[in-house]
Amino acid sequence: MKSNVTPMPISGTPAAPDTGTLKGFLRFLWQELKPRGKLLTPFNVITGIIILGGIILIGIRLVKGLGAVTNLSQEYPWGIWIGFDVVTGVAFAGGAYILTFAVHILKIKKYEPIVRATVLNGFLAYVFYSGALLLDLGRPWNVVNPIIGNAFGYGSVLFLVAWHFLLYTLCLFVEVSPAIAEWLKWVKARRIIQKMTTATVILGVTLSTLHQAGLGGLFLTAPSKIHPLWYSSNIPVLFFISSMFAGFSLIIIESMFTHKIFSDRLDASHRASHDKILLGLAKGSASVMAAYLFLKVIDLTHGHQLGLLLTPMGLWYLVEVAGFTLLPLVLYVVAIRRQSVRLVQITAFFTAFGVVLNRMNISVIAFKWYEAVRYYPSWMEIWVTLAVISMELWVFQWVINRMPILGAHPDFKTEEETLNNLDGAEVVRWKVSAS
Amino acid sequence: MAINRRNFLKVAGAAGGILLAGGARSTWSAQTPQAPEGSVEFYGLLIDTTKCIGCRACEEACNAQNSLPKPEVSFSSEGVFEKKRETTPDAYIVVNRFPNEKDPEKPVFARRQCMHCTEPSCASACLCKAMEKMPEGPTVYHKDRCMGCRYCMISCPFDIPKFEYNSASPFVKKCIGCPDRVAKGEQTACAEACPEGATLFGKRRDLIEEAKKRIYQSPDRYYPHIYGEREVGGTGYMYLSAVPFEKIGFRTDLGTKHYPELTSGFLSAVPLVDILWPAVLFGFNYLISDKGEEGGKENHHEE
Repeated sequence: MKSNVTPMPISGTPAAPDTGTLKGFLRFLWQELKPRGKLLTPFNVITGIIILGGIILIGIRLVKGLGAVTNLSQEYPWGIWIGFDVVTGVAFAGGAYILTFAVHILKIKKYEPIVRATVLNGFLAYVFYSGALLLDLGRPWNVVNPIIGNAFGYGSVLFLVAWHFLLYTLCLFVEVSPAIAEWLKWVKARRIIQKMTTATVILGVTLSTLHQAGLGGLFLTAPSKIHPLWYSSNIPVLFFISSMFAGFSLIIIESMFTHKIFSDRLDASHRASHDKILLGLAKGSASVMAAYLFLKVIDLTHGHQLGLLLTPMGLWYLVEVAGFTLLPLVLYVVAIRRQSVRLVQITAFFTAFGVVLNRMNISVIAFKWYEAVRYYPSWMEIWVTLAVISMELWVFQWVINRMPILGAHPDFKTEEETLNNLDGAEVVRWKVSAS
Repeated sequence: MAINRRNFLKVAGAAGGILLAGGARSTWSAQTPQAPEGSVEFYGLLIDTTKCIGCRACEEACNAQNSLPKPEVSFSSEGVFEKKRETTPDAYIVVNRFPNEKDPEKPVFARRQCMHCTEPSCASACLCKAMEKMPEGPTVYHKDRCMGCRYCMISCPFDIPKFEYNSASPFVKKCIGCPDRVAKGEQTACAEACPEGATLFGKRRDLIEEAKKRIYQSPDRYYPHIYGEREVGGTGYMYLSAVPFEKIGFRTDLGTKHYPELTSGFLSAVPLVDILWPAVLFGFNYLISDKGEEGGKENHHEE
């Protein structure tokens, strides 16, 4: 395989896979499904054990009910499977809509090299979190009820969230699919999908807006149960805004790891522009965080809740808002002024932790803070959560190692070039295999 | 009635949506929840805790009415009063005992069950209409629709829906207000069983009149408040008490707003965002795109 013909690393694939026919497709898939490289890496072993244990726990949950593995109670109907897996996880998947918005709508080309990885991350996050959600549902087989319409609860925020969740996952799939088509060498499908990109992105951004806000909106119905420092009629807006910097921070963190682990899959342009991209993301993150904090201050003063700040819950609130939102904002600004990529990366961790704190506070920690017996997750709930994350990482790793995620340019023009090159590559391979 | 109100809410929401999330404070919250002429009237209960003797006949009748499993401790046992109880998946009514500061010799007994809100939060929270308000008043549960998400439990201001955590095919359980009996014009099982007339069944409007009459006629006997007349926009089951309600396990900080109103502002913004956002984004995209422009390779807008 001569790489001067194809700029995309489609290495490792056998020459000219005939994926047009079902038989060829299945053979190709079988080949690709086989693991590649060293199997018994520490990462694989540890996550493997976690996943195995997780499957056993999921089995117990399905047979014996939620009470057998979770610490959920009549007082705390939602634990970390909702509060962390879904409510927090979805916030971090926000990078996908914000980046596709920047690249496909605003045409900021700078961020193109990281779009695919971010969208893939978002898509997998949605798939696995909805999976985790099914575990938490008491009667998961009824999950289709609000979709197929035998009982539409129009007046429910959860109805809105469910629909937007589903539709946005489909959008993300369409946004990921160019990479899949390139992987399968489905040139025609690739072309059709490409025409859908702009419309899909627009739909995706719209759905995300409401979906992210809706997750916050869920908690509007619990004014007497959420600590007044966290309860606000602005929760939907706050969730939406914070999903942006959650997304930004996860892109920064994720790129740190992908650059270390998958450095062989990166193409030159990706590598070269990386520092510039990270500083740009830091700028975006900082401005959004400033807006978020502004809203937080308005909430605090309008609700006349300043006195509550000196209570234990108030101090905890300050840890979240001052320690892990305001401080990272300051650090981002410093990093941008000093052009320090290192500091941007460190700050991203702080920011991400702040978002985790915020989501956990609203859904679990500040929820019924007055109860004598508080909810804390059982080790099994944590284990299953880790297993879900591990599975996601496995799939992420598998995809990155096979599909053109880190080395492709989902831009209309270069896409066309890539396609041409792909055609060229096909021809070359066909010739090679024919000879 | 519930349906009329909800439709009205939709219209009001759509109209108020122009004001967007924060501003959509509909004017109808000021109305008292009373039926207009000719429509089905809500039925409810008036629970007079000054008359309750803690015999738990209501618990027993409820247990039989809903074919719930027999409890470990018999209904005649007074041991259950030692600590405050909550309803469970197997007990839709629980009677609790509270000390009476007015008369220490005579403790206060207060039953706890679904309040059957005029505009129930659980029903508006449910995404598959498993919780539903009947025109006659009961808030019922359709178990075949439920997906077990437990959002009703999050949303209920009274923490009434209970979940069967130890079942592989769990349901949400709560007092459903004897819908079959009420539809036939009969009183609820608990009201029928009450030997002291502490639980009175009737049209909600009549019950409020009766409650007011009792307070006016015996001002020494009653704390001057009907719990449920205005709480969370009004409930179908209402209470009278000799002592302030927070002393007998009631939350008095729930406000008088209908709970669905908490989300109506946000929900009314949804169709607007769904329509306006794509339009704006298409506009942006069109504005920035150089398709059709000469050259087409110019510098793009960068931050």
